[in-house]
Amino acid sequence: MFTAKRLIRSFLIGVWFMILVFPIVGIKIIKRAPEFFYDRVFVIGIITFVLAMLWSWYFEVYKERGVSDGIFSKISQKCSALSEKVTHDKSTAMKLILVLFAAFMVLPLFTSMYQTTVYSLAFLYVMLALGLNIVVGIAGQLVLGYAAFYAVGAYTYGLFYQYFGLGFWVCLPIAGFITVIAGLLLAFPVLRLRGDYLAIVTLGFGEIVRLLLINWADFTGGNQGISNIPRPGFFGIELSPEGSTIYIYYLCLFAAIITIVIVARLINSRVGLALQALREDEIASEAMGIDLRKVKMAAFALGSCWAGFAGVLFAARNSYINPTSFTFMESAMILSMVVLGGMGSIVGVTLAALVLALMPEYLRAFSEYRMLIFGLLMVTMMIFRPQGIIPPAKRKYAPTALKNEENN
Amino acid sequence: MHSDKKPILEVKSLSKNFGGLRALNDVDMHILPKEIVALIGPNGAGKTTFFNCVTGIYVPTEGEVWAGREGEKLKKLNGVAPHDITRFGLARTFQNIRLFSTMTVLENVMVGRHTRTNAGILQAIFRGSHFKKEEQETVDRAYELLKEVGLEKHWKEEACNLPYGAQRRLEIARALATDPFLLFLDEPAAGMNPQETVELKELVLRLREQFNLSILLIEHDMGMVMSLSDRIYVMEYGSRIAYGTPEEIRHNPQVIRAYLGESEDA
Ligand SMILES: Nc1ncnc2c1ncn2[C@@H]1O[C@H](COP(=O)(O)OP(=O)(O)O)[C@@H](O)[C@H]1O
Ligand SMILES: [Mg+2]
Repeated sequence: MFTAKRLIRSFLIGVWFMILVFPIVGIKIIKRAPEFFYDRVFVIGIITFVLAMLWSWYFEVYKERGVSDGIFSKISQKCSALSEKVTHDKSTAMKLILVLFAAFMVLPLFTSMYQTTVYSLAFLYVMLALGLNIVVGIAGQLVLGYAAFYAVGAYTYGLFYQYFGLGFWVCLPIAGFITVIAGLLLAFPVLRLRGDYLAIVTLGFGEIVRLLLINWADFTGGNQGISNIPRPGFFGIELSPEGSTIYIYYLCLFAAIITIVIVARLINSRVGLALQALREDEIASEAMGIDLRKVKMAAFALGSCWAGFAGVLFAARNSYINPTSFTFMESAMILSMVVLGGMGSIVGVTLAALVLALMPEYLRAFSEYRMLIFGLLMVTMMIFRPQGIIPPAKRKYAPTALKNEENN
Repeated sequence: MHSDKKPILEVKSLSKNFGGLRALNDVDMHILPKEIVALIGPNGAGKTTFFNCVTGIYVPTEGEVWAGREGEKLKKLNGVAPHDITRFGLARTFQNIRLFSTMTVLENVMVGRHTRTNAGILQAIFRGSHFKKEEQETVDRAYELLKEVGLEKHWKEEACNLPYGAQRRLEIARALATDPFLLFLDEPAAGMNPQETVELKELVLRLREQFNLSILLIEHDMGMVMSLSDRIYVMEYGSRIAYGTPEEIRHNPQVIRAYLGESEDA
């Protein structure tokens, strides 16, 4: 266990980690003067050293015993079994869905208003992640500026309300339409781009939209954004603040459910197959008669419209919006949900969106280290389960010829 | 081969430059209905480039490509996008296999039905009777085609898990799914063992009859080429150096020097 090489390595890792966390943990600005806390940094260094020792020792054992025996691969196998169960066994899946649905239906009765708004936001993330899942997970087009579409949706509601006094239900379809246009506008110039280049351009697009919202202050309200956006009406009845919070909660829940159903149907169709073929091999897709331009446009349009709807709901939920809600961090967060959940997997992405959106609330004590924990989670996942928590379910087909054979 | 049938493919002085390299130089070719034509030549002769120019993946530098179903007027295919050429009825396989590797065997063939089906986004969402009917027809047709190439047992597997020879046959099934009248096979026997090669030959002959196909194939296996083809074109350094029946090609001194001689040395 204590070989010299391992000791030195772990020591270096510990030192490196101390340097890394020093600015976050070791310095506090008190009354405009920095004060240094070396003891905390030292403790972190020691912990890291011990963990590094354990980690590399574990890997040695793990290697000796063969791949199938480690804790991590066991966890991975458990994940696979679970996903197998959820995606292939219809009755288990049904039970799970019913339990979840029932739980979410009664949730607002038992939780505080604050919790209710937190869950509403989590449902919006489900919509966002599933929308991005179409573009990135199914069609394989790496888009890094997805929050821009979210912003377009939210600002559509905000601005249409501010300038024309339009309400929530009118703005919802308008926002869907405008985000689709925005998606197509982005798709058009990037039709010939792939991989890294596409990622860079879409990243730029995200920043452009955000900067536009900040700097076109006369129109968008700049950094202040737009406030006093009304909550959606409930058949003309004025709702109390609590009532409307709960109402928004249910709207978000149903919007998420509708998203799940529609995205699942899209994936299991001719269009879905074409999108997936695009991800696998563009030249072969063309040779199979798929119009690359059309399919890419469809991917962007289908992906962006969910962000538009989610944006409107977000504006209604918060009743104010400003550009800080639509930064690159937001895009990265949504992308992480897709990657962690399992690219192309509806169940996985939904789950990951809920977990990642709710995690910060339940890990409030660690809020300073949120990004650290998050990064650790990402790295661990990429090493041990790169396909995501629950890889996509196989589509099911029943060739008639096969059925006839069975009957005979 | 002096039939009075009109050709379904006519290529007139096709050329393709890659920068300074002339990969295709003034190549002429025609193919008659239900003909099996072979295109042979040493590596780098420009055979795959010829395929790519005819199927629209490359834009030819000079020359014309005309094609049309039997009994119909030929249409000029220069400048037509690859997917439209496929829809028009020209299908192909690839020398370096290009399957949709993480999709199942059945799904690969189903993608081939894309141009012959039309359910769009709204139909996918609302799943009307037309959608369901079309979906089932696609599945059935794909399964049938898998039977044709002997892969129906593997329909649920991922394409990348198939053995090499089976992957080549899957590419053929996928190409057939587009309902072509002209099929381009780029080295279909590459990497196959002798047994598989014999089966492939029988498959090609059977498919021609069954689907009323004309076939252009690039192949290095001389036994297969000689026994399968009605006519053979020989290329070297981008130019067509000879064409004719297998018998004529066998005795063409230029061909023997350029190609057959070389491969006998190897
Ligand atoms: N996309 C391309 N860009 C540049 N050169 C190419 C390209 N494709 C083919 N070539 C060149 O054209 C020549 C013919 O290649 P190819 O058609 O693949 O030959 P074959 O299929 O007969 O073996 C080769 O010299 C090859 O390097
Ligand atoms: Mg070649």
